[in-house]
Amino acid sequence: MSQWLLLGVNSVSLGGLLFLLSAGFSLIFGLMRIPNLTHGSFFMLGAYLGTSFLALGLDFWLAALLAAAAMAAIGGGIERLLLRRLAGQELAQVLVTLGLSFMIADLCLMIWGGDPIPLDTPRSLRGAMPIASIVFPTYRLAIVVIAVAVAVALWLMLERTRLGAMIRAGVDDAPMARVAGIRVSRLFTLVFCLGAAIAGFAGVMGGPILSVYPGLDADMLPLALIVVILGGTGSLPGALLGSFVIGLFYNFGQVLFPELAYIVLFLPMLLILLFRPQGLFGKHVP
Amino acid sequence: MAWNLDRRKFLAGTAAAAVVPWAPAVAQAQSVRIGLLTVKTGPLAQGGIQMEQGLTLFLKQRQSSLAGRKVDLVIADTGGNPAGAKTKAQELIERDKVDFIVGPLAAFELLAISAYVEEAKVPMLSLAAADDMTQRRPNAYFVRASATSSQCNHPLGDYAAKEMKLKRMATISEDFAFGYEQAGGFQRVFEDEGGLIVKKLWPPLNTADYTPFISQLADIDGVWNGFAGSNPIKFNQQYAELGAKAKYPILGGWTAYDDALLKSFGDDAVGAVSASWYSSTLDTPSNQRFVADMVKDYGNVPGGYAAGTYINGMCIEAALHKTGGKTDDRSALIAALRGVSLADTPRGAFHFDHLGNVVGNVFIRRLERKDGKLVNTIVKTYANVSQFWTYDEHRYLEQPVYSRDYPALKT
Repeated sequence: MSQWLLLGVNSVSLGGLLFLLSAGFSLIFGLMRIPNLTHGSFFMLGAYLGTSFLALGLDFWLAALLAAAAMAAIGGGIERLLLRRLAGQELAQVLVTLGLSFMIADLCLMIWGGDPIPLDTPRSLRGAMPIASIVFPTYRLAIVVIAVAVAVALWLMLERTRLGAMIRAGVDDAPMARVAGIRVSRLFTLVFCLGAAIAGFAGVMGGPILSVYPGLDADMLPLALIVVILGGTGSLPGALLGSFVIGLFYNFGQVLFPELAYIVLFLPMLLILLFRPQGLFGKHVP
Repeated sequence: MAWNLDRRKFLAGTAAAAVVPWAPAVAQAQSVRIGLLTVKTGPLAQGGIQMEQGLTLFLKQRQSSLAGRKVDLVIADTGGNPAGAKTKAQELIERDKVDFIVGPLAAFELLAISAYVEEAKVPMLSLAAADDMTQRRPNAYFVRASATSSQCNHPLGDYAAKEMKLKRMATISEDFAFGYEQAGGFQRVFEDEGGLIVKKLWPPLNTADYTPFISQLADIDGVWNGFAGSNPIKFNQQYAELGAKAKYPILGGWTAYDDALLKSFGDDAVGAVSASWYSSTLDTPSNQRFVADMVKDYGNVPGGYAAGTYINGMCIEAALHKTGGKTDDRSALIAALRGVSLADTPRGAFHFDHLGNVVGNVFIRRLERKDGKLVNTIVKTYANVSQFWTYDEHRYLEQPVYSRDYPALKT
């Protein structure tokens, strides 16, 4: 009984982390129509930057925000200097993001070395909390709260601000949005910055659970892909639902079907692509 | 790739070649070439970089001269994949004409190049732990001075049953051959000594969250893990955070608590018992010098990867002493290599069996905090451990190699 409760609570917790990882990816995919294969590297680079900021003695939350800001700048640079030059050539853009992911991985190896770096849980969130018959790490519960806070903030931005309206218009129909006078290419840069920032923030948030190591980008990117394909590109509720569904599949699937660890994760994605390619909440086929 | 041939050595070499009479001395004035197949990019780079450090340090201590001959080190980055390993092995053998290959790192790389290197008759010294490389699929030009995947886990199974008096255990390791072979070795000896493995868990290599696996641990009195690379950090942190560490003592293979990883562990790993063929706390003069120089040059205590290539360097040196510095007769060279028997090394005394695998010490260590730093204290040494443990070699080889389902669960 308590094993299932543990898995259930962890599904929600993992879902929270996956949402932080995937929200940016979903927005970028939805607006720019490209799967940003650098996304895992943004997550990892943000985490590495977080470890450096922490080593300088900064507070955990400040380190996370600084990492997000740094990633926003890097993301903006990549979009303006590289992706914009390939406007309209989606395949080329995807390949560029793939190449960049290798370059960033090598850069991280050069700067931070090959050894894994632990990221300490912030002092106030250490320890565990009793929940019915189990005891669950406090930090993992906090991640859920943070994910919900970020989700609400993003939702408010998308639904209640002019900028959000422009982004939604761009996701729905970019050419029409251009005709309506929206500077879509500027939106691209902004959304890319935002996506990279959230990914970097997520990297630091995930650090106490995952640590930071070479290969973290490749471990996390497939998860972002699965979540977004399941939930639908460009959709915030989709990313949220997708995250929790994948969190559920991951936890219960590994226990119930240990021989099929990967299949349990990728099968839903495959089924969605076959029968409802726009995902649960998406508007467009990726 | 880097040629370890700077201007000073070039001038010295040219001067030496000019002074000495040409005809018989040309072969000897040529340096011994060692090719290092390592991984410097990607997730495996963690071990690969340490391999390079160990060998570079060895040659630096010997001033790039072994048995009276100059040594050139050629470093090749395989990228951690079989195709890259094959390409670089070909470059080293055909273009750089190396006399020895040290490496590669990963078992799948080794399996990709083994037949080719054997055909080219180049002696190869690798850390790759795949059991069958010195068992059911031996390579006549291969020498392994570290250990097979199961070699250190056999005595650990003995220690767990006899000294720690554990009765029911679960094993957890990554879902690939290295994990299977380590767990298999532990299971076989643990069960032969009266213990029982009740559950075997195999998380995929790139698992981010081990919670679903840790949640399945119940009704046991201990856990064995064989994680490698960066996974031990993640796993031990999650293992402690989910309360499992307080309930079940944890044991591990050599990669799970490698000394070079100690700086990345927190208190989560304190108390872990592991078995390794190398321990930085071993008190031999050779090891003290090795550890001191590694700390000085690279700022970290060495683990198995650096110690492995350093010891490989010592083996090459001993072999060259036996052949009088000659490297042209390859069969004499490999015979000399396999006949190496050393006493004062960073792992203590060892020699090789007739299949080219090491017979040497296995150290059981306990992770503790001493003077504020984490250290693996040796609590027991099993001497003269071979790859077959105490089993008869022929009977052992008749059985299949350890795999996911072999040995099978008794329950």
